[in-house]
Amino acid sequence: MIMTNVNTVPGKKIVEHFGIVQGSTVRAKHVGRDFMAGLKNLVGGELKGYTELLQDSRQEAMKRMEDQARQMGANAVVNIRFATSSVAQGAAELFAYGTAVRVE
Amino acid sequence: MEILLENLNLVIFLLLFIIGYTFGSLAEKRHYRSIIQREAELLKLAVVTAEGSFPAGQVKESALVSGSAVISIDYFKRILATLRNIFGGRVKSYESLVDRARREAILRMKEQAHKQGAKMVINMRLETATIGRNANQKKQIGSIEAIAYGTAIVMNK
Repeated sequence: MIMTNVNTVPGKKIVEHFGIVQGSTVRAKHVGRDFMAGLKNLVGGELKGYTELLQDSRQEAMKRMEDQARQMGANAVVNIRFATSSVAQGAAELFAYGTAVRVE
Repeated sequence: MEILLENLNLVIFLLLFIIGYTFGSLAEKRHYRSIIQREAELLKLAVVTAEGSFPAGQVKESALVSGSAVISIDYFKRILATLRNIFGGRVKSYESLVDRARREAILRMKEQAHKQGAKMVINMRLETATIGRNANQKKQIGSIEAIAYGTAIVMNK
C-alpha cells in the first residue's frame, strides 16, 4: 500500500478514485506510565512512554485506514492528514484520513 | 532544625525548584546540542512544506514518513510560567519547549526518510496532541506532543 500526503502519488498515475477512508484510535496511558511521567515532570525532558504511546496510536490509526482502503480495492492512499482530539481526560484520539485511489 | 521542620512545605518547594532548575536546564542544553548536531548531519535532506510536482520517470518511490516527540516541562519553568500568567507577556520557558518538541519530531521524520534512502520530504505537516493535557494546570503533566509527517521521495538515479 502506497501512502502519501500529497495530492498524487509522485511518478505514478491515478486511475480510479474510491473516496475517503479513515482510521482512528483512542489511547489512554496506564497508571505506571502516568506516575513515571509525573516524576519526569520535575526535571523536564522527553517522556519516552508518551512518545511511544503516540507512535503506537499513529500506527494503529494508519493500519485501520489501510485496511479500509484495501477492502475497497485500492492500492494507495493519497492526501493523508492526521488530526488529534482529546475525548476524555488522559486519553488521546488520533485520527488519520485520506483518499483511497488505485494507481497504475 | 526545628525551623526546617516547621517550614517543611517551603523546604520541599525550594528543593524541587532547585532540582527542576539544575536538571531541567542541563537536559535542555544537552537536547539543543544534539538537535543542532543532528540537524547539521541531515542538512542535505531537504524538507519542504510545498507540494512538488515531478516529471514522469524521475520518482522511484514515495512513502509517508512521520516522527513524534513528547517533551515535558520542568518544575522550575512551570513555576515561572505560572508567575508569568499574572503579568502576561512572552512565556519564554514554554517557547523553548515547543521549539524542542517540533524540531525533534521533524528530525525523527528526517531520520526515517534518510533510512529509506529518500532525497527529500515534501508536503511536511505538523500536528500537536494532548495526552498530558494542559501544561499549566495543577496535577497535570505539562508536556508538548508534536507529530511531523510528510511524503518522502526516492529519486531514480
